[in-house]
Amino acid sequence: MKYEVVIGCEVHVQLQTRSKAFCRCPNTFGGEPNSRVCPVCMGLPGSLPVTNSAMIEAAILAGLALDCDIAGVTKFDRKHYVYPDLPKGYQISQFDMPICTGGHIDIPASDGSLRRVRIIRVHMEEDAGKNIHPDDGRSVSYLDYNRCGTPLLEIVSEPDLRAPQEASAYVQAIREILRAVGVSDCNMEEGSLRCDANINLWVYEDGKKYATPIAEIKNMNSFRSIRNALEYEVKRQVREWEQSRLLLEVAGKTTRGYLEAKGITVLQRAKEEASDYRYFPEPDLKPISISREMIDALKARVGALPAERRRRYIGEYGITEQDALNLTSSAAMADFFEAAAAGHPEPKRISNFILAEVKKYLNQRSIGVDELAVDARAFRRLIDLVDAGKISGKIAKEVFVDMADTGKDALAIIEEKGLIQIDNSDAIAQAVDEVIVENPDSAADYKNGKEKAIGFLMGQVMKKTKGKANPAMAIQLLRAKLK
Amino acid sequence: MSFPVFWISMMNDRRLNGLTLSEMRRALQAGEVSSVELVEAFRNAWEEDSSNEKPVNGYVEFFADAAQQARKADEARAAGGHGKLLGLPIAVKDNIQIAGRLTTCASNILQGYRAPYSATVIERLEAAGAVFLGRANMDEFAMGSSCEYSCYGAVRNPHDRDRTAGGSSGGSAALVAAKQAPFALGSDTGGSVRLPASFCGVYGLKPSYGTLSRYGLVAFGSSLDQIGFLARSVEDLQLVLSVAAAGVDPRDQTSEKTGFENAGPLRARSLSGLTIGIPGQLVSEAVDPQVLQVFDEFRRWLESAGAKTRVISIPVLDACVAMYYIIAPAEASSNLSRFDGVKYGRRAAGAENLDAMYEKTREEGFGPEVKRRILIGNYVLSSGYYDAYYKKAQGVRALLQQRMDAVFEEVDLLASPTSPTPPFRLGEKVDDPLAMYLTDICTTPANLTKSPALSLPGGRTSDGLPVGVQLTGRRFCEMTLLETAYSWEREHAG
Ligand SMILES: [Zn+2]
Repeated sequence: MKYEVVIGCEVHVQLQTRSKAFCRCPNTFGGEPNSRVCPVCMGLPGSLPVTNSAMIEAAILAGLALDCDIAGVTKFDRKHYVYPDLPKGYQISQFDMPICTGGHIDIPASDGSLRRVRIIRVHMEEDAGKNIHPDDGRSVSYLDYNRCGTPLLEIVSEPDLRAPQEASAYVQAIREILRAVGVSDCNMEEGSLRCDANINLWVYEDGKKYATPIAEIKNMNSFRSIRNALEYEVKRQVREWEQSRLLLEVAGKTTRGYLEAKGITVLQRAKEEASDYRYFPEPDLKPISISREMIDALKARVGALPAERRRRYIGEYGITEQDALNLTSSAAMADFFEAAAAGHPEPKRISNFILAEVKKYLNQRSIGVDELAVDARAFRRLIDLVDAGKISGKIAKEVFVDMADTGKDALAIIEEKGLIQIDNSDAIAQAVDEVIVENPDSAADYKNGKEKAIGFLMGQVMKKTKGKANPAMAIQLLRAKLK
Repeated sequence: MSFPVFWISMMNDRRLNGLTLSEMRRALQAGEVSSVELVEAFRNAWEEDSSNEKPVNGYVEFFADAAQQARKADEARAAGGHGKLLGLPIAVKDNIQIAGRLTTCASNILQGYRAPYSATVIERLEAAGAVFLGRANMDEFAMGSSCEYSCYGAVRNPHDRDRTAGGSSGGSAALVAAKQAPFALGSDTGGSVRLPASFCGVYGLKPSYGTLSRYGLVAFGSSLDQIGFLARSVEDLQLVLSVAAAGVDPRDQTSEKTGFENAGPLRARSLSGLTIGIPGQLVSEAVDPQVLQVFDEFRRWLESAGAKTRVISIPVLDACVAMYYIIAPAEASSNLSRFDGVKYGRRAAGAENLDAMYEKTREEGFGPEVKRRILIGNYVLSSGYYDAYYKKAQGVRALLQQRMDAVFEEVDLLASPTSPTPPFRLGEKVDDPLAMYLTDICTTPANLTKSPALSLPGGRTSDGLPVGVQLTGRRFCEMTLLETAYSWEREHAG
């Protein structure tokens, strides 16, 4: 049986604005239940929403980063449904005039090529509260409205994804991009990034193409669970097709929840009743005009978007795709790299140093590059010392850790510790002579054509000079003396 | 004008009750009367009426601390305070929130609900020193034209206690007419201030949409709602408007800057140079002949005062009641979905699960007219019907706006009856919603076009029932309305 997996994603992202979407309550995570609420986000009688302009800006930034078109005029609508955690009985959302439409992002496809995922729309809405069901058997529920009114972006993709790991890569790419432009921390554990996926199969049989029923998968709380849930779902749908040959036109769409502990999806809602949200334009808010100037100003603030940066790193700097991805994991990291590499003839070497040593240091201490005691210019001075032959690459690694620990400049550290490379050919020549005398066998091996022996002898020279010998000079002298 | 001290000192309660807000203001400033005396006079009038076999039933609560508020105002005045409304008593419709006090919208579903914050208009009045007398009766959630749909029982018209006071701000209008309050706040979504003003023979002003903040007014039709005033004089309307409309409210994005707070004292104006349009439909044979007679007298007065009048045709006006009864219920069904028994107000007991709780709470909590409008609203917004009803109604509304903009290029004001009939009998239309809805034919256009409109007590029928006349102006041209009405009042009042 030949089939193709078809996946589209709806990603919800909480925006990191100072206050909530339509009131002045602080937009932070958690807190004592119902401590961050006011008449507006509680939907009390007589209260009115007032649009937080920071939400509009964040949505435009996100839209620009996702290559979307930004609407000249956008508006809010009311979306009605009944649930205890939705205090007004409707959610302020956007229906037919979303703020952003028609973007795309590129991700590595499962076959190694590049997959372009088209984004249908990005719209703004407010989050709901939370139901709390105590697990002590009492038939009572509690409501926490702290999350009510948190600004959300909903990002809807076309069904362009062709494998579970692509869905996971897509959501990771969204996270990277939105983090890079600083509109959300996209933390799946805290729920600031949530993903639902629509998945079905295109089965090819007898020269015909059949679409199997779509399942909307919910409760995927990590990148791993996105992959696992969808992989399970593919297997389940293949089995279902083989057993029932049920078609999309007949069965429509169902909703399934992922049970992480069991690694399976279970039916939550059969054949989706055409839910009627009775959308209509929010009469309490005026339509919003977005000027060209505002978009241009935000474009400048977005700076280099991650995708553009990656293209440049790969094309101009000769950096691998994987390294480019890592360098653009945050805007701060990419900024650090670009500032350090400015004007350097071999940016790839700087990238290697950052991705190995700097990342290691940051990971060990769980800090971000913006919290590092070494700024990009101080870091560049360290690289310049290596380039000038003052220290070896190996010493530079130690010096970097010292710099990061103490905040001191590279030159100060190497002078203090006497790490300056020995450029003096006499001193190196002396060490070379001694090593040849002390290791006559290896010297003889080299002379007899065993090229490998020179590596051992080099090691001895470096050991003797405590790593300070200029390696290029040392090897040159060794070869000359052993001729 | 001010009263000689000896005359004031001889005033009994009944005389105090008959003063306008502005007259009280001057008497307070002159030290001829205290705010406490005023409040006591109104309390006495209310208590006296409550023992009547057919009470007006305008108050759903007379605030126990009204006299205390008045004492504070008197003390503030003694200490040199001079708020614009210092010590002036005002009744407040039961859908405008005053922090800490009950606000029920005359509905069972909000029984026991205490407002956690004050409406912006209330804050402004309070800051100017106003004293709040009590909560005024109304149609449940302001839905109705007769004040019969109240969980506190119907309001009776003070001029004929077997007739309605009009709705939905019937309590507010009846209190002013019955001299149980000198001034009252109402709200107007499709005529709810002007219709009862007309039925009760008082002045009613619905400001332009955006003139007053809606923050704290329990929403009915959000694109139509406006707080309005019921008063015994035009001067009083202007006085309170200048306090309540003090600038944009950052809590209401639909509020606008008007500059009304800086308006000087009202002047009687010559009407020469004014062109006044009379929409033909609103003076047709469908209107009660006695109402037409009062309106004709008003029209003759307009001309005698120098205005030019002419009958104009605005065909789209015929669609106003229809579009109003699509748009207002649609917005209402949405606004009222928050009343679900989960967070506040009344929750039905004995429901076995969440859905049953919702159902029982709303079944028990809402009255028949509110249920009817929620059903209409949900219907016109539902997919499959949205385009045919809600969207079409919004399209016609836009057309009406264009047409009215064009009309106001040619005329300065529109004049018409406020209601096609004099006050009708209690129970007469309560089971005939369509007949009830047609009562709003003259008043809904102003809400749909965001225009200011004013109802003045134009005259009486042969039975002595009040008949109102309505003036409608361009958006934010409240001053033209007030000055025209003031000119009329100077010649007719008293
Ligand atoms: Zn809030």
